[in-house]
Amino acid sequence: MSNKLDAKIPEGPIADKWTKYRSTVPLVNPANKRSLEIIVVGTGLAGASAAATLAEMGYKVKAFCFQDSPRRAHSIAAQGGINAAKNYQNDGDSVYRLFYDTIKGGDYRSREGNVHRLAEVSGSIIDQCVAQGVPFAREYGGLLSNRSFGGTQVQRTFYAAGQTGQQLLLGAYSGLERQVGIGNVTMYTRHEMLDVVTIDGKARGIIAKNLVTGELERHFGHSVLLCTGGYGNVFYLSTNAMGSNVTAAWKAHKKGANFANPCYTQIHPTCIPVSGDHQSKLTLMSESLRNDGRIWVPKKQNDTRLGNDIPEEERDYYLERRYPAFGNLVPRDIASRAAKERCDAGYGVGASKMAVYLDYAYAIERYGKIEANKKNMHNASKEEISEMGKAVVKEKYGNLFDMYKQITGEDPYELPMRIYPAVHYTMGGLWVDYNLMTNVPGLYALGEANFSDHGANRLGASALMQGLADGYFVIPYTIGSYLSSEIRTKAISTDHPAFVEAEKAVQDRISKLLNIKGKQSPESFHKRLGKIMWDKCGMARSEKGLKEAIAEIQALKNEFWSDVRILGDADEFNPELDKAGRVADFIELGELMCVDALNRNESCGGHFREEFQTEEGEALRDDENYMYVAAWEYEGESKWNLNPEPLIYENIKIAQRSYK
Amino acid sequence: MSEGNMNLTLKVWRQKNKKVNGKLETYQVAGISEDMSFLEMFDVLNERLVSEGTEPIAFDHDCREGICGMCSMYINGQPHGPLQGVTTCQLHMRSFKDGDTIVVEPWRAVAFPVIKDLVVDRSSFDRIIASGGFISVNTGNAQDGNSLPIPKDDADKAFMAAACIGCGACVSACKNASAMLFVSAKVSQLALLPQGQPERQDRAMKMVAQMDAEGFGTCTNTGACAAECPKEISLENIARLNREYLGASLGSTN
Amino acid sequence: MSWLTKTLTSSIGKKVLMSLTGLFLCTFLLVHLIGNLQLFKPDGGYAFNKYAVFMTTFTPIKVISYANYFLILFHAFWGLYLEYQNRKARPISYAVVRNQSSFSSRNMAILGTILLVYIVVHMGDFWYKFHNEPLPYVQYTENVTTGQVVTKTMDSGYSQEVKMAEMTDAVAGTHSIIVKDLYKEVATAFQNPLLVIFYILGMFAVAYHLYHGFQSSFQTLGWNHPKYTPFVKFIGTWVFAIAIPLGFAAMPIFFFFK
Repeated sequence: MSNKLDAKIPEGPIADKWTKYRSTVPLVNPANKRSLEIIVVGTGLAGASAAATLAEMGYKVKAFCFQDSPRRAHSIAAQGGINAAKNYQNDGDSVYRLFYDTIKGGDYRSREGNVHRLAEVSGSIIDQCVAQGVPFAREYGGLLSNRSFGGTQVQRTFYAAGQTGQQLLLGAYSGLERQVGIGNVTMYTRHEMLDVVTIDGKARGIIAKNLVTGELERHFGHSVLLCTGGYGNVFYLSTNAMGSNVTAAWKAHKKGANFANPCYTQIHPTCIPVSGDHQSKLTLMSESLRNDGRIWVPKKQNDTRLGNDIPEEERDYYLERRYPAFGNLVPRDIASRAAKERCDAGYGVGASKMAVYLDYAYAIERYGKIEANKKNMHNASKEEISEMGKAVVKEKYGNLFDMYKQITGEDPYELPMRIYPAVHYTMGGLWVDYNLMTNVPGLYALGEANFSDHGANRLGASALMQGLADGYFVIPYTIGSYLSSEIRTKAISTDHPAFVEAEKAVQDRISKLLNIKGKQSPESFHKRLGKIMWDKCGMARSEKGLKEAIAEIQALKNEFWSDVRILGDADEFNPELDKAGRVADFIELGELMCVDALNRNESCGGHFREEFQTEEGEALRDDENYMYVAAWEYEGESKWNLNPEPLIYENIKIAQRSYK
Repeated sequence: MSEGNMNLTLKVWRQKNKKVNGKLETYQVAGISEDMSFLEMFDVLNERLVSEGTEPIAFDHDCREGICGMCSMYINGQPHGPLQGVTTCQLHMRSFKDGDTIVVEPWRAVAFPVIKDLVVDRSSFDRIIASGGFISVNTGNAQDGNSLPIPKDDADKAFMAAACIGCGACVSACKNASAMLFVSAKVSQLALLPQGQPERQDRAMKMVAQMDAEGFGTCTNTGACAAECPKEISLENIARLNREYLGASLGSTN
Repeated sequence: MSWLTKTLTSSIGKKVLMSLTGLFLCTFLLVHLIGNLQLFKPDGGYAFNKYAVFMTTFTPIKVISYANYFLILFHAFWGLYLEYQNRKARPISYAVVRNQSSFSSRNMAILGTILLVYIVVHMGDFWYKFHNEPLPYVQYTENVTTGQVVTKTMDSGYSQEVKMAEMTDAVAGTHSIIVKDLYKEVATAFQNPLLVIFYILGMFAVAYHLYHGFQSSFQTLGWNHPKYTPFVKFIGTWVFAIAIPLGFAAMPIFFFFK
């Protein structure tokens, strides 16, 4: 295995790496900071926090987002919470435990150094957010409240009802807007990055499109930070926002940045199932629902009876049956696969048969009885118990139940909910070193856009933690190690040939798209891509399927470039054109995901190869041959070179994950 | 690919850009399923328009789960349509009947100029936040999160105000196109928390000044904003903003 | 700009001016009604006419009256100015509107304009005539011991310099006054059915205007409290939107059918 990539993990014991790094990393003096320009693309948790913090430090920042406001970034939709090793609950939490849980949850496919740093700064994130006025849930004593989340045995998740992502993002957004108001950040909304400009091998700026006017703009920066989120929308149907896309990361990839572990995809088990072909997106319901709900399917195949009509003895609580120790609370990847297995075997429920039941009848009864005891009602009727139980469930999960009812038209207090797994998060992303820099000097990737911290599977409530860690506490230090050597670089004129050339390439591609004048909409191609990806590179993958998928995607790409139809012009607000560009990039990414999945002859976390499973159907890792980060280097159309970065575990003992 | 049996007449505002006038155009849509969301119904219509060679209708949308605040349609005389407490993306076609005529317009306010069709420019909201909707704390300065106990009641009230998604339905519902509910939600959130105290007066004055500069109307307490707010932000916040602003104007030394 | 002008010309400050002047006018209305209730006294207008003189001669009241006139005008024109500005905030109106707000809250400017017209007519009817026209005079002679009052209309040519001429006849034990007979003017005016209808319509405008206005002014001043706001709304509805307009409307009706 060749190892072209240097992760630059500091030497020394794991617990000292970050501390030592921070004390020794080169600094940039305040006067120099004022003349250093940083471009931040994306304004989710990672982007907004990075832009705000770097501006506070004195750098000149330009921030870009494709939405109408930085506050709309999809971080806003995160429901459950954010982890931090505060040990406020006195239940034995520590930085090490958070570190350990994250590595194990990631199925031993993430870097020790990065994850430990993440755990170390987790506490400061909470402090920072509280100081910004994020209204976290509190106890009656006025102190912060915690809850437990999947894959851990401690209560370390901080939350703000079911809107934690929203509150954290609004906190970071307020910090960003503060800097905009002061003039330290120039904000470009409704702007999409369409290329990275490199000069002498270093990232020196971007080409951005003003989505309102269609104008292409050149922006110089001493460094460029991509905080552009994940690429789950390659599946067409996912819990991502409609606009979430891979374009920025993909352009960087084509300009030389390695793309790591693209096949690691998190499929979230508790989503509302697809109701028909018209469906444009999937809606997630917080994992916390699995705390009280029981998941089951009928024991009989193709049972067409309604859930409530199926008697108890004819129900198969398959998670409780297969994983008695963790039951309904197994990690996301396992719960999702188990649901798919049942549905594929013909036990699915609902009209589409692609759903399982999440049943609250027990919880309602159980809570009802507890309430009855509290109220000294010893002869409470069934109706009274049910009434009181529903009230308790409403208080805990009311907003989720309302959302379910709104979308499906069914009342989850009366009928078991139908759920099915859906694409939710992508652990893969641009390869970055310890500094969060890609292999292109000056080009950084933060948050979900990089690959670094979650290995092959992310634990619940860790995405928010990583996004904010990267933006608030990591990049402000690590960027210094690069920029300290750039203080002599004067701002480069955007008339530089590299800018002109990059803009022309972007312009040509837009013209090419508009001139195809075919018959099919960008949306229809996206749907078809999504179907290929979901069927063959989704929850279960096989060599045969992946090979087919690659061929199909290549054919789809040709069809796209000869038959896509984009109405409207280049010089106006034209969402169709923007969509087409994104779909074109998704198609190319889809191929790489299949290539990566095909290469990884093992099953781990969010990557499940049917050929590699235990007799009981559990994921079978191959640590001997695949304990590496698969970083892919773009070499031309449909051609990639694999640069593996070996993963070295010095502090954690590798083990088979078991939840039985 | 018709999946349902609803047939509808849509009257949709079409406007090429900021500079030209727009008008309502009529479209027939057939085969709509009641499980579709309102935006998915628009997707169906847009797919058809593309196949017919007509430019699809531009509308803002992103998360489609009711939290990002991007979707913004004024449907049959109400922002986000007939249901209370939901955004356009969470409105489903079962709220309509076969044969209905549905009029869809953009948010209308001088501070929200139309960009195209149903898409408006809400950057005025960002500028209001930039004028003072924050706590000036640089990263790294924070003390321990638990060093500042906050009464649960205050924390909960602050949270209720902070639930605002910045969609602008309040402005669109208000007969005066006033942004008071939006501004008051942010001012309230921060005024209720101890962290917000140092800049409390300044914040109220600056945010109101920016709101006025953007050209929003004044609040005449009709309550339409709170009635239409998808996050059910309360009018109590507006009263609080009034208090905060007056207190700041009378009580501050500048 | 001084801080005060800056405050009062901000969107909130403008509303505060509406709110404070509005509340003052509400108080005036209450006092006006209580005073005018004397019209219902079966004393031939003795109490009412005396009250009319008192209101127009007692200096503190006069000062307040002039403040009142000014505030009425200010409230009206400031409100119209606000309405104009608010309309500018939405240059293109919606094709379809389904309101979630009350009728009165949406139509304060129209209701207010109706009231302004009403006030002009009303003042022209009574206030202007009382001050500037040769109304007939009336003499009331009260027996100090029995309290019996004898009313005598003065000749049409009668006139006096003062608003109220007073005479005490110690021998007869009577006290008599001569004043302009505004009471009669009222009674006569309300024989006209058109005027009665106009007044009743005016009171509808008052009712709707105050139904929103009273409670709204508290909200503008920042007074919104889960415990006390229901009370404000109760007063706004039952006292200002129902009792006061009803009381006023009863007067023309009373005289029309008398």
